[in-house]
Amino acid sequence: MNTTLNVDRRQFLRVTALAGGGMLLGTQLEYFGSAEALAAEPAANAVLNAYIRITPENVITIVAKNPEIGQGVKTMLPMIIADELDVDWKDVRIEQASLDTENYPGQSAGGSTATPNNWTPMRRVGAAGRAMLIAAAADTWRVPASECTTASGVVHHRSSGRSLRYGELATKAATMAAPDLETVPLKNPGQFRIIGTRVPGVDNHAIVTGQPLYGIDVTVPGMLFAVFEKCPVFGGRVSNANLDEVRAAAGVRQAFVVEGGTALNGLLSGVAILGDTWWAAKSARQRLRVTWDEGATAQQSSAAFAAQAATLSQQPPQRSLRRDGDPDAALASAANVVEAEYFYPFISHAPLEPQNCTAHLQNGRMEIWAPTQTPASGRRLVAQTLGMQETDITIHIMRSGGGFGRRLYNDYMVEAAAIARQAGVPVKLLWTREDDMQHDFYRPAGFHYLKGGVDANGRLVAWRNHFISFGEGERFASSAGIGAAEFPARYIANYALDASVMPLGVPTGALRAPTSNGVAFVVQSFIDELADAAGKDPIQFRRELLANMQPEPPQGGQRGGGGGGFDADRMRGVLDMVAERSGWGRQQLPRGTGMGVGFHYSHRGHFAEVVQATVSRQGVVTVDKVWVAGDIGSQVINPGNAENQTQGAVLDGIAEALGQEITIERGRTVQSNFHDFPLLRLTQVPPVEIHFNITNNPPTGLGEPSLPPVVPALTNAIFAATGKRVRSLPLSKHDLSWS
Amino acid sequence: MTVTFTLNGRSTTVDVAPDMPLLWVLRDVLDLKGTKFGCGAAHCGACTVHLNGAATRSCVLPVTAVAGASVTTIEGLSSDGTHALQRAWEEVDVPQCGYCQAGQLMSAAALLSRTAKPTDTQIDEAMNGNLCRCATYLRIRQAIHRAAEMTATEAGGTNPGGRSGGSDL
Repeated sequence: MNTTLNVDRRQFLRVTALAGGGMLLGTQLEYFGSAEALAAEPAANAVLNAYIRITPENVITIVAKNPEIGQGVKTMLPMIIADELDVDWKDVRIEQASLDTENYPGQSAGGSTATPNNWTPMRRVGAAGRAMLIAAAADTWRVPASECTTASGVVHHRSSGRSLRYGELATKAATMAAPDLETVPLKNPGQFRIIGTRVPGVDNHAIVTGQPLYGIDVTVPGMLFAVFEKCPVFGGRVSNANLDEVRAAAGVRQAFVVEGGTALNGLLSGVAILGDTWWAAKSARQRLRVTWDEGATAQQSSAAFAAQAATLSQQPPQRSLRRDGDPDAALASAANVVEAEYFYPFISHAPLEPQNCTAHLQNGRMEIWAPTQTPASGRRLVAQTLGMQETDITIHIMRSGGGFGRRLYNDYMVEAAAIARQAGVPVKLLWTREDDMQHDFYRPAGFHYLKGGVDANGRLVAWRNHFISFGEGERFASSAGIGAAEFPARYIANYALDASVMPLGVPTGALRAPTSNGVAFVVQSFIDELADAAGKDPIQFRRELLANMQPEPPQGGQRGGGGGGFDADRMRGVLDMVAERSGWGRQQLPRGTGMGVGFHYSHRGHFAEVVQATVSRQGVVTVDKVWVAGDIGSQVINPGNAENQTQGAVLDGIAEALGQEITIERGRTVQSNFHDFPLLRLTQVPPVEIHFNITNNPPTGLGEPSLPPVVPALTNAIFAATGKRVRSLPLSKHDLSWS
Repeated sequence: MTVTFTLNGRSTTVDVAPDMPLLWVLRDVLDLKGTKFGCGAAHCGACTVHLNGAATRSCVLPVTAVAGASVTTIEGLSSDGTHALQRAWEEVDVPQCGYCQAGQLMSAAALLSRTAKPTDTQIDEAMNGNLCRCATYLRIRQAIHRAAEMTATEAGGTNPGGRSGGSDL
């Protein structure tokens, strides 16, 4: 197979016969030198590269390639294939793929990318299957393929009244020439029968009946259960430990030190305890006494970061990320200048299923069962850390009890693999909730020092933001950056975005809508402050801002949260829609109740949201209702799940705003469980009304982009209700009482 | 030590450490994986089972505390997944990641066994100890109403809660 890089990237299709008849069909994104190379590719003999299997008995199986973390992808991607294949959803069985990078492109969950990356390829997979089944029928009947139609898994030749089920055609279809995926005819959207309908999650029945599905449910014969204690200071190392005492505990089979490296996202030093049951291992851990070499970061703290940020804010920024016009001159001549400091804290992912992984090393081959968003990265990490070949490692992708970005990192996978190798038996590693919360890759905290100016007509003419974050030199810590094209860049003539960074010894990473989940709060709150200074309605002020696009093209945008791809027309569309649906400005609200608005573009989605909130005189915040308007393009693939995801993301944002904060003291995480890191509870849940603005754009993802706007919409509602401007999170640290 | 209790309608005896929480007896000794571990401190409700019909957090319940008692887990809520709540959960398409849902269902079943047609407020109170990290809460509430409605409609049948699998409801 040619893997030269300077050649066309194209999708090709493989087809092969199933042993015992039937067909299977797969696609691949590969680099190919020429059409000859494609033609020379022998008929695939790797059964694993299939998306579609049809047996002579008409059992239709569609493979779901990506990890399911609660985003609904195990249902959604097969829906697309099934619709173009033209089968009834009730006749389809879904099978989760294991990691197979040779046959499935992009087996990961992250960045709300499943829809934009797979929409057309999955349609082509289904359409190609349908075309081959038609070809088989046409050949059988000696009629032109153009006279054949399909419906519900049957090929028809109407004029002669003949029909054959797909199962009857499958074996022959597998011998037909595979169509060119680039040109295979696709349905017109009006012909969709599954796409656009409410399809419940394919694992729902297994979930409601308690069948084993998740990583934590894996059982391997002969396995031991492991706990792993790491240094509470990130990256600290074991100096010594009372292993003999631990080994003497009831039910404990082994206890040993695992030598780790220094990379916070790799294998870290710690003590593994293996027991006959997880409870035995965990109980023995209470006896464990470790002397740690805590390393260089044992003195870092949230308080010290805040103090350092305040100091940096008084100094010239370390670097400029963007400068348009002359912000300083514009601020000097502005009619009204607003200056504000914003802060958002570290946050934990806290998926409900604690990190876990089962690993078994046997005859030089490692088999791994993991809830992971990035199985390919996990395999690479295991291979590099343990000095193995990736081809000797098999990864079974287990359903994840939540992801939110946590399982982009495979630290628990490499731990399980290392422990299993050292133990010489299959091992199921399971973290405690405390392990999970105290060894996360946190959403990084951020500090923003802003200055904005409006002119005598209430127009926003100048904006300066000194963003103080974490990193070294020109490099931001993971997910601690900001896009130079992030709104409102390009919509204010005089605009500056500067950055300074402080070194950080806390692991950080992507949390649902990374960077956007903090930046949107800052930007949309500060816009609200400027609207107030201008004496304008917050939505009207935003409309005027959106109409003020500067001629310069976007620059420095990053995929996801960077701001590149922001479209003022699409944003205006959702802003107008949410204003209309929420009855913005059309009702008089009592003192203590207010509406706030926020919008944000991320992960290719444009979202505007309105929150109505009530603040009691004592300062207790109640979110009364949320209205959401989103633009994710021309097609909402699974509307039922789309609403579920959007409600979930909005409520997730509210939970973050209300009470979530990870605090670092003495180099370690203070919070440990849900008593001091609160998730939303049912009594706090407002109605969330969702509207999609269907536009003529390619369909895009929904796991993330509806989250960011709700945070500023809530804090802006609190301002409307009380006159109190919230410039730092979480809300639980504010006195919002009024009289 | 040896502990005998009724599990999903069947007498069950285990020989385990006396401080072992019921959760780990269920999951690691009896291989019933439906009951989930979320926090180990009764904060999240993922481990909810019925102890003599009452919703109970099994992660902090020593197995000795269930000696002689009747325990129902998600596997025993119905023998074939047809409890009104299970059907409603599927119809409403409640789950996202699904990890908390067994605990949600067990709390909801205990509620419906006491209060056939609960109000929103009663639902919120009964379910407030069950966290859903994906925040499927609006659908959880909707599905409980739907199950109550199904049960009322189907009343007159012999088994409003679906075919019993030893449920102590």
